[in-house]
Amino acid sequence: MNYDILMRDASFKECREYIRANFQEYVEVEPGFVLFEKHMIGVPPITIGLSGDVIIFPYTKPCYGTFLLRLECKEEADRLRALKARGKK
Amino acid sequence: MNSPEKKKTAVLLLGCPQVPVQTGIALYLISALRKRGVLPTVAGNRAARLLVEVSDPDRHYVGEVMDIDRCVGELAEKKRDFDYSFAFIHNDAGVTYAATVQALSKGAMVVLVYGEHYDQVAAEIEFPCEKIMAKAVHNPMPLKKKIDEVLNWVVLNL
Repeated sequence: MNYDILMRDASFKECREYIRANFQEYVEVEPGFVLFEKHMIGVPPITIGLSGDVIIFPYTKPCYGTFLLRLECKEEADRLRALKARGKK
Repeated sequence: MNSPEKKKTAVLLLGCPQVPVQTGIALYLISALRKRGVLPTVAGNRAARLLVEVSDPDRHYVGEVMDIDRCVGELAEKKRDFDYSFAFIHNDAGVTYAATVQALSKGAMVVLVYGEHYDQVAAEIEFPCEKIMAKAVHNPMPLKKKIDEVLNWVVLNL
């Protein structure tokens, strides 16, 4: 996967605040939610930003802290929007 | 989780092994849990797992060992659960993993917070859990003493 790193060695809270401050559209999911075939690690609710087909999300590793990643994927962006729409009903 | 006649289970969620006390305390906790009839599993990244496994080459203490992300996956998919989760925390990533497991598991969450800045790290914990905290970096005794004080209560009451 080709991804950009927006933040590195950040706290999970900083990543959540960055997404909420910089992206008008975002989805909130629970820990264990599957994104890009991986179960998400995070303090609930996990905030995932959306900008067109671009997805912005936190990715935590034990030794490196949390990275904020940016990755373009229309299929996953569509799936997240559908999830958000279902949640509003 | 297990039915009452079966042994209770615990998972030790290891953090980054950069703080020296982690491996020693993990082995101590594994031994203490076994003495109390609890079956422990270790979950960690590769380095954390190998430190535990190399420290107990004949497997006197260590039983099942698994990748921490696989553990989260199995909890999320409800393939397994544990009666107790003991999360080793000395940084923000540790808090994040512990919060994840706390949200996914029906078992009791106990966090062991240690390291130079243990009080600041502990202040970031907002999910329900029992906290065992000590300023332990190289010397495991402050954390060991705290474990000794509360482990019986944890196993009997949670």
